[in-house]
Amino acid sequence: MTSDTSHNRDNNLNDLKAAMQTATPLADATRRTENFRLAQKNFANLQESRDPARLTSEPPKQGVIKGVRHMLHTLSGKGGLTVTTALVACGFLFLTPQGQDLLRPTGGLIGQAPVTEIDLGTPTSGNSAVQAAPVAADTSGTVTEIAPTNAIGATESDLRAEADMITDDLSAVQAAPADMAEAESFASEIAPSAPLALMAPQAGPAPAGRVQATGGLMRMAPAQDAAAPSAPDTEAFANADQNPLKIVSDEPVSTFSIDVDTASYSVIRQSLNAGQLPPPDAVRVEEMINYFPYDYAAPDLGDAPFQPTVTVMQTPWNADTQLLHIGIQGTLPALDDRPPLNLVFLIDTSGSMADANKLPLLIQSFRLMLDELRPEDQVAIVEYAGSSGLVLPATAASERSTILNALQSLGAGGSTNGQGGLEQAYAVAATMAEDGEVSRILLATDGDFNVGLSGTTELTDFIAKKRDTGTYLSVLGFGRGNLDDATMQALAQNGNGIAAYIDTLNEAQKVLVDQLSGALFPIAGDVKVQVEFNPTQIAEYRLIGYETRALRREDFNNDAVDAGELGAGHSVTAIYEITPVGSPAQLSDPLRYSGADTATQSAAADELAFLRLRWKAPGEDDSQLLETPVLQSDTAPGTEAQFAVAIAGFGQLLKGDSYLGDWGWDQAIALAGDNRGVDEFGYRNEAVRMMRLAQSLSDQ
Amino acid sequence: MRMTTSDEALAHAAANGDGEAFSALLDRHYDRLFGLCFRLTGHRAEAEDLTQDICAALPAKLSSYKAKSRVSTWLYRVAVNAAHDRRRRRATYARHSEGWGDWETGRQAEIAEAADKTDWLHTAMAQLNDDLRDTLALVLDDVTHSEAAQILGVSEGTISWRISEAKKKLRAFKAQEEAQ
Repeated sequence: MTSDTSHNRDNNLNDLKAAMQTATPLADATRRTENFRLAQKNFANLQESRDPARLTSEPPKQGVIKGVRHMLHTLSGKGGLTVTTALVACGFLFLTPQGQDLLRPTGGLIGQAPVTEIDLGTPTSGNSAVQAAPVAADTSGTVTEIAPTNAIGATESDLRAEADMITDDLSAVQAAPADMAEAESFASEIAPSAPLALMAPQAGPAPAGRVQATGGLMRMAPAQDAAAPSAPDTEAFANADQNPLKIVSDEPVSTFSIDVDTASYSVIRQSLNAGQLPPPDAVRVEEMINYFPYDYAAPDLGDAPFQPTVTVMQTPWNADTQLLHIGIQGTLPALDDRPPLNLVFLIDTSGSMADANKLPLLIQSFRLMLDELRPEDQVAIVEYAGSSGLVLPATAASERSTILNALQSLGAGGSTNGQGGLEQAYAVAATMAEDGEVSRILLATDGDFNVGLSGTTELTDFIAKKRDTGTYLSVLGFGRGNLDDATMQALAQNGNGIAAYIDTLNEAQKVLVDQLSGALFPIAGDVKVQVEFNPTQIAEYRLIGYETRALRREDFNNDAVDAGELGAGHSVTAIYEITPVGSPAQLSDPLRYSGADTATQSAAADELAFLRLRWKAPGEDDSQLLETPVLQSDTAPGTEAQFAVAIAGFGQLLKGDSYLGDWGWDQAIALAGDNRGVDEFGYRNEAVRMMRLAQSLSDQ
Repeated sequence: MRMTTSDEALAHAAANGDGEAFSALLDRHYDRLFGLCFRLTGHRAEAEDLTQDICAALPAKLSSYKAKSRVSTWLYRVAVNAAHDRRRRRATYARHSEGWGDWETGRQAEIAEAADKTDWLHTAMAQLNDDLRDTLALVLDDVTHSEAAQILGVSEGTISWRISEAKKKLRAFKAQEEAQ
């Protein structure tokens, strides 16, 4: 080798070094501040999470003996007895061979107990157990903190390594308590915490996040990595307590917002197809009912954009009550002169989206939709992962190949910065918007938003603000495992859009092709429903579903309160179970001193209830009112209402509802089977199949 | 007063719950940390995210700091581990990395100035595998071979070998470049 080449070699390295120095950017100041705050918050949380473990308010530097004496002092009688018993028990555990044997297999107990308590004692240097203690406390502390932000920093391997270290150190203590005094003090330190109940609150919150506590080992599950078989389920579902039975004389008015989301039904179908009953929280009855298109009477031209149809029918599961079925059919405007669409696909490309039923399905789904768009429509694509980026600037829908190529180029990797993505998507939508056009962001994601300012409230506030710019936001959920249904719901509700869950290409076909116009073109905004029951006719009522959509009575007339949108051709169904006055099914006794008689107006005496609907024309701020009385009807209910009732029964069976009595799967399946109607797309047939599947699964 | 306290003393105080010491320590090292993250990833946004990961986890890691090593060494080790984890997580997916690996796709968003130089740098770095790149990221930051060995958890000999390997690759790259 000549000196010349060696000189060259070093030159290369020096060049590289110089280039590297030039290339290295300065840290971003805002991110610096954010990261600082994050680190400080975690630091503070860590200190806090350590503290509750201490049973005395005194600092840890105090002597062990003093602590114990103090404890015995304050605890007397029963308490003292319990503690001394615990002391003896611990002495037994640590000082006798039998105790050692007992300890060894129970990694969980020993892994947790000393961990939180040891730093009470005097940390004599060289005592490895004492050194290990803060580590373990840290582990649980960080973990709870890290879970929501999903920072990957406290990485799996490191945590595991640290946890390994703890167990090693602990086994050393177990194996060789050579110094009696030391072992004794160790035991007495544990004693105060011996009642496991005390440990529970400390250990409790950690596993609730993304963390599994396996014995003494704290392991951070790779939340991003859905492929890992041990990844815990981090799904969160939006649901509220089931609507209780209401007594008409107490609360004659029921108010709620319509809900045209369908996500719940698809999630249930996905669970059932996977051979599992869905978690009861995933069941939102109104979304199941509204998944299906119904053939309700369409509104006349020139009237309100929708038409309510009210049916009163016999309750299948209770001979003594009736069902009040309200079907609202939205008009289907002539689609030929629909306004041009501006669509921004906001696509989650975080690492977890790589599964076949996520990003690939999403790309296929959007391909299907492209065929439905017109040349004057525009499409833009924004992706978000660790950083968000514009993949495709606003492009006319006619440039199919450009859009398809951009879709194909999407790849999964990185964490999820939903906030950044949303901001960019709204910015892009703003540049595309022109008068008379409809702008909508279609957010496709498999889970939560977890980098940056991403508390659900902050996000929804942000969206609620953006909603006023006229851009709609719809959310499409993909895949299971960390599906954050609660956030999806919150986003779509606040963004004036729909939330749908896409589990198969068939579902994509339904949402993005067959019902595209309904999904994309709103005909009425902030649609609210209010039903006032007549106390002389109806004693009790119960709204089936709509738990997450309840509104306060006064919100009905308040145009500032947001509610659901109705898309072109959409239908919405709500069902009340009502108990007529004097029916044996009445669960509450009538009031002796109620003023029902005087309140009765003779004109309205035979009305069961009074239905009020409020809505706004798209883009307007003032609402309009539509009112209609509900009368007892003698006509037999049609197949549409019957089928909706069967699905309501299906939902309630899945939730384990107590109102159904003996009415079970067989009856629900029969009712749905008999009322499948035309069923152009086979959705109802599929529902019957799902009910059968659920029946066999629940029989197991 | 804090400015004169050694890193090691700060780390100790922080591990014992001194929040001020922790902030001072982070403040001192943040920029270098970010610089290293950039060298490790070759991508600005990625580096910001990685730094965030590290910041989030750092409080919990303090306890793993042993007095025998320098704080900077320990901190770099934390950073390298975090980068490895990130990379590993991503390696399972189709797209290997959006950093040095496929510079071409990530280029558009990057800073326009010094474009030629950076471009050359990226192309050069793309010639190397992850190990060599990590080693270079440290050594080009004036970390000694022995410290780099500690940080990466390999022997000093391995570091020297990797550097010479990297030099070889760069030389070949340069030759190829000149031939064009």
